[in-house]
Amino acid sequence: MSLAGIFSILPGSPLTSGIMALAAAVVLLYLARGPAHKAIYSLSRVVHAGFRLMARSVALAEERVRNRNKEVLLAAGADAAERLIEREFQRVEGVVKRDLSQYPSLHRVLADQVVHIDEDYRESAEVPIPPPDWVKAVDSLAQLESKGNNWLGSILTEVHKTAVTQHKTTMEEYRKAVGKRHAILEKMRPYWRKVSQTLEDVGKTITGLQERATYIDNRMKEYEEIRNKTDKAAQKLTSSAMTQFFISALVLLIAIGGAVINFNLIALPMSEMVGGGSYIGSFKTSDIAALVIILVELAMGLYLMESLRITRLFPIIGQMDDKMRHRMIWVTFTILLVLACVESALAFMRDRIAADMQALRQTLAQVEGQQVAFNSWIPTIGQMVMGFILPFALAFVAIPLESFVQSSRTVVGEMVAAILRGTAFLLRLLGNMARYAGELLVNIYDLLAFPLLWVENYLRHRKDQMDLEQGEIIMNEEV
Amino acid sequence: MKKCFGSVILIIIFLFLGSCADTTSRSTGVYMLLDSSGTYTQELKQAQAIINYLLGTLQSGDSFGIAKIDSASFSEKDIIAKMTFDKRPSVTNKQKRLFKQSVDTFLASVKKGSAFTDITGGLLQAAEYLNETGAGKKYILIFSDLKEDLKKGHIRDFPIQVPGCEVVALNVTKLRSDNVDPREYYGRVQRWEERVTEGGGHWRVINDLNRLENILGS
Repeated sequence: MSLAGIFSILPGSPLTSGIMALAAAVVLLYLARGPAHKAIYSLSRVVHAGFRLMARSVALAEERVRNRNKEVLLAAGADAAERLIEREFQRVEGVVKRDLSQYPSLHRVLADQVVHIDEDYRESAEVPIPPPDWVKAVDSLAQLESKGNNWLGSILTEVHKTAVTQHKTTMEEYRKAVGKRHAILEKMRPYWRKVSQTLEDVGKTITGLQERATYIDNRMKEYEEIRNKTDKAAQKLTSSAMTQFFISALVLLIAIGGAVINFNLIALPMSEMVGGGSYIGSFKTSDIAALVIILVELAMGLYLMESLRITRLFPIIGQMDDKMRHRMIWVTFTILLVLACVESALAFMRDRIAADMQALRQTLAQVEGQQVAFNSWIPTIGQMVMGFILPFALAFVAIPLESFVQSSRTVVGEMVAAILRGTAFLLRLLGNMARYAGELLVNIYDLLAFPLLWVENYLRHRKDQMDLEQGEIIMNEEV
Repeated sequence: MKKCFGSVILIIIFLFLGSCADTTSRSTGVYMLLDSSGTYTQELKQAQAIINYLLGTLQSGDSFGIAKIDSASFSEKDIIAKMTFDKRPSVTNKQKRLFKQSVDTFLASVKKGSAFTDITGGLLQAAEYLNETGAGKKYILIFSDLKEDLKKGHIRDFPIQVPGCEVVALNVTKLRSDNVDPREYYGRVQRWEERVTEGGGHWRVINDLNRLENILGS
């Protein structure tokens, strides 16, 4: 039976049938209004509660991720701060060992200089001129009357001459003594300078130490903030991690570019060694061999940087005793050197093969043989140098790689937290939408059954009005 | 240290695997048939350009053979040059030079065309050669007008077997009789297509020799 047939209550009168069906539906909706409202509200509440629960779970997960991020970040920050402070202390130790360990000898040198200066000073002290005893005799003679006494005049003249001679002699001796003292003082000058220089050096050292101490103090404050797990420290470290992430990613991209160039430099000559027509899977064996060589160079670079304690990707290498670590440095460096030499030779071979291929192509194209370009050895040498340098350059990839790995933990963690936050918001939104959708459905339901609802409201209003009127009558009667 | 030694061992394993890897499944085999009958010998100059292009395109480990189509082509005697290139590129280059030299010598020696044209025999010989090389991709290039003219007594009227071979007809020139009735040309090409397709091969016709890169393309 068709749909029209079902609603065809009065055959031949579809309009009447339709109206009757509508009326029946309205009556049914009105009768089922209470349970229908309950069902709709229940459904919307279930959906709302479900979404709220999911949002709560996701929010909790986000909080856990955020706490974990903070822990990781603070741990990494504490580690970095410890390394920095340790390095600063090592520098201070170096300065103290280098300069202040020689302090006793320095003190001795200074004491010697002071003794020298003291002796010289004593020697340069002014010796008083012996008191001229004869001055009194001259005074007595000078008071004698010499008028008319030629003998007395001649005596005084002689005395005068003797006094002048004596004065000259004394003055000369005095000048000599002063000159000698000046010479001694002149000798003191280098001692003074040396003392001054020594004290200046000590002063510089002390100033440097003070600066370092200030720096260490600042780092220690940061370290304390990290240890106290303050939000400020976490925020600072997050910002630092983001910066490091992007910078190290950029450097890694540059390194990938270098690796690609390196690959192209050795892939063709590798086909001369492992065969140009053989495959491993869907890749040429020569390409895989070239790739493996580059990867081994990278691995050696990582081990070398680890052994030098520049990076800390493999704690087991950093924990080795110094003797073993030095051996490791030499082994990895030797392998890198050998690989660099091999690459250089492969680059030379590549140049030869490329030249041969070019010559063959010219022959096949029936082009007249071109003259060899002037300075054609320049690209050959350039390729060889590149082949030699690139392995060492790739070895330094370990530094940005470590930075990238460490910062990516924070960045990825932050991204996951952001995604979880967004998901929680979305789930809350969906929950609220479900709740309001339930209310909307109830209203739509009432809209469909509005004729009987209107009648119900009307009758109720009427009854209320009648009750009110009856009440007023009773009150009037009582009054 | 262990990791370091591990890496070195890994390289050795890779290189060892590389030396033992299968070389034939991915290589290309090309066999070119040159029609040296009648007036078609004038077209052989164009064939030289195709051969040079193929020599420049084929890689180490690929196989290349050239044979002429004459009165009875199902014979090794008609092979002008054939070679499977070495795995090393430097040796491959030397082989290509020798190959070119052989072809140039042959083309210089062609003065008079053969009286008959045995294309079927050449195809059978080509399929046999390519199957022997074990190449992964097999191409048979027919540089001919596709007009077969068999010697009396030679039987070639049977289905040919070229499974997995890409048969490419190059420079299929129109004969004087084709100009009179073009249906003859289309019928000839159609017949060869049917024979190749029934024999398990794929058929293509390339008359524009300015697009040589299409020869070994799909």
